[in-house]
Amino acid sequence: MNLHEYQAKELLAKYGLPVQLGVLATTPEEAAAAYDKLGGKFAVVKAQVHAGGRGKAGGVKVVKSREEAAEVAKSLIGTNLVTYQTDANGQPVNSVLVCEDMYPVERELYLGAVVDRGTRRVTFMASTEGGVEIEQVAHESPEKILKVTVDPLVGMQPCQAREVAFALGLKGEQLKQFTSLMLGAYDAFVENDFALFEINPLAVRENGQLACVDAKIGIDSNALYRHADLSAQRDKSQENERELKASEFELNYVALEGNIGCMVNGAGLAMATMDIIKLYGGQPANFLDVGGGATKERVIEAFKLILADPSVQGVLINIFGGIVRCDMIAEAIIAAVKEVNVTVPVVVRLEGNNAELGAKLLNESGLKLTSADGLADAAQKIVAAVKA
Amino acid sequence: MSVLVNKDTKVLVQGFTGKNGTFHSEQALAYGTKVVGGVTPGKGGSQHLGLPVFNTMKEAVRETGADASVIYVPAPFVLDSIVEAVDSGVGLIVVITEGVPTLDMLKAKRYIENTGGVRLIGPNCPGIITPGECKIGIMPGHIHRPGKIGIVSRSGTLTYEAVAQTTKLGLGQSTCIGIGGDPIPGTSHIDALELFQNDPQTEAIIMIGEIGGTAEEEAAEYAKAHVTKPIVGYIAGVTAPKGKRMGHAGAIISGGKGTAEEKFAAFEKAGIAYTRSPAELGSTMVELLKSKGML
Repeated sequence: MNLHEYQAKELLAKYGLPVQLGVLATTPEEAAAAYDKLGGKFAVVKAQVHAGGRGKAGGVKVVKSREEAAEVAKSLIGTNLVTYQTDANGQPVNSVLVCEDMYPVERELYLGAVVDRGTRRVTFMASTEGGVEIEQVAHESPEKILKVTVDPLVGMQPCQAREVAFALGLKGEQLKQFTSLMLGAYDAFVENDFALFEINPLAVRENGQLACVDAKIGIDSNALYRHADLSAQRDKSQENERELKASEFELNYVALEGNIGCMVNGAGLAMATMDIIKLYGGQPANFLDVGGGATKERVIEAFKLILADPSVQGVLINIFGGIVRCDMIAEAIIAAVKEVNVTVPVVVRLEGNNAELGAKLLNESGLKLTSADGLADAAQKIVAAVKA
Repeated sequence: MSVLVNKDTKVLVQGFTGKNGTFHSEQALAYGTKVVGGVTPGKGGSQHLGLPVFNTMKEAVRETGADASVIYVPAPFVLDSIVEAVDSGVGLIVVITEGVPTLDMLKAKRYIENTGGVRLIGPNCPGIITPGECKIGIMPGHIHRPGKIGIVSRSGTLTYEAVAQTTKLGLGQSTCIGIGGDPIPGTSHIDALELFQNDPQTEAIIMIGEIGGTAEEEAAEYAKAHVTKPIVGYIAGVTAPKGKRMGHAGAIISGGKGTAEEKFAAFEKAGIAYTRSPAELGSTMVELLKSKGML
C-alpha cells in the first residue's frame, strides 16, 4: 500500500525528520488559506497522486499569491494527472499539498531504503545526486550510491549514519542533523513495516539546514493488520477499479492489455498461463489467481471481473486440481457460466484428481465450453477461438 | 536417498487443531507421513486425529523425538512459531502460511543464522515431499512418483505442473521443494541446488523461478560453478507488467530489475537448458537426459 506525499511527510515528522512545511487542500479556497498560513513570498502546489514524475507532468507548480494558489489548485483538483509512471488515464487528483518554498537550495541529496532480498537486510541508499531517479543514478554512476546494510539485531547505529554523512560531504551541525534523520528514518521503517522509503530530494538549504522536500513510502501489505492507523490512510481512488474489486473477494487480479481473459489457481501457474498464451500468438487480458479453493462463488466473481474488461474476447480457465476434485471444479464452472451468462468462448483445462470426469461434464454441459488436454492444447484452442 | 525428508522423518504440526492444520495433517497421514503429534497452546494433553497435542514445541519434541515441524498458524503468529520451533531443536521447519510480514521473515532468518544447521522452508509455499515416503505440506500426494528428478520452485501449482509432467514421462521425483513466493524465503534456489547435487538419488534438477529479485540469476551462476547434474530451468512472468505484484509478495519487477528475460539470459549464460513453455518442463528434461546418454 502506498502513502501520499502528505501522509508520508506527516509520518516522518513524527520521527523527528525535518520535512518541508505543507498544508493539504481539497478546494481552491483551502489552497488560498494554506498560502496565507505558510506566509512566504512563494509557495509550491503539488498534486497528491500515487505516481512519480509529477513535476514534468505539470503536477507541481510555484505560485506567488493566494489567488494563484487557488487557481492552480482549481486546475489540478478533479483532473487526472498523467505521468510517465501512470497508465494513459492517469491518476485522479483529489487534493493538493501547498508547501513552503525553499528554493534555491545549496544542493539536493537522495536517501532511500528497501528490504534487500539478497542480503535479507534493511538497506539504506544515499547519494549526492538528489532530484533525479535513483535507477538512473544506479545505471549511469553506480559508484555514487552509498549503501548501508542494517543488522536487525542491533538496528541502525549512529556510526553507520555518520559514515554516510561524511561521505555526502556534510559539515558541522549538518552531521548531527543527518545522523538523527537517518536513525529516525530507520525507526520509522521498522516500526511501520515499510516496503519502500524514499526522500528525494533531501535538500541542503542555503541556511545550512536539511529538509525532506518529497517523500515516498510504501507499506508491506502483509503487515497492514498491525497498522490500523496506516490502513485507514489507504486511498482507494488511486487503485485500479477492477483490481480493487478483486481484492474485496480476495482474488489476485492485475489488468493487462490483451483480449484473452485468464482464470488460474496459483500465482506462478497464472503467470505461466499468460506466458503460454503469448507463446502461442495470443495476448493475455489479465492475471488472475482464484486461489486454492476454486468454489462456485469465487469462480462467479472471477468471471464477473474478467468480463468487466470490454476487450476480453475469450477466457482460458486453467485449474490444477490438486486436493480439490476436478469434477467439483467443473460443476462450479458450469454453474458460474450459467449464472453470469458468459457469451465469449471459454476453454477449460483441468488437471489432477478426476480430470477426465471434469472434462466430460464440461463437454456435456451444452454451454460454450471447450475442454482442453494439457496446457499447450488449452493455449492453442483459446488463441484459435479468439482469432476466429 | 532423497533430500531433507524421508520415511523416517517424524513431523510435528504447529497449528495442529486449526482448520488447515487438521485437513492437511489428515492428508499427510493418509500419504504415510510419520506425523507424531502437534502443538496448540492450551490444548496440551488432549488428542487430535488420534495423536497427542502438546502445549509447547519443547515438550512435543521431548516426548516424540520429532525432527521436523510444519507451521499452519495464521501469519501474525508465524515469527513466534518459527522461534519456538528453532528453540525446540527440530532440524527442519516448513512454513506453509501465506501473508507473513517481510520484516518478520528478516528477523526469523537472522535468528536462524545463529543456530547453525536448522533448515527453514517457506513461507507461502506448498512444502516438501519425498514421493512414497514423506509429505510435509499441502501438495496433492497422488500426482508424485518416486524417481530421479529433484524439483525446486517458487510456485506451488507450477511445481505440481512439473511433477505431473515428470510422472507422466516416467521420470518421477526424488524430492520436491516448494521454496515459496515471498521476497525473503527460508530456503533459496541455491540451497536446493546444493542439496540435490549432493543427493545420490537425484539425477537431474528442474528449477522453476519467476519474476522479482535476482535469486535465479545467482542460482544460475552457482550452478555453473558447482552443479554437475543436468538442470532444466523455467521462469514465469514474461508477460508480467513492471511494478505490479503478481499474486506472490516476491513476484514484482521493481526498478526495472527482476524481469523474466534477465533470468532466461542468466540460464543461457550459465549453459543451463531451459524452456519457455510451462507445458514442456518434462519433455525438455527427457531430451536433455537423452542428449547426455542418461536415458
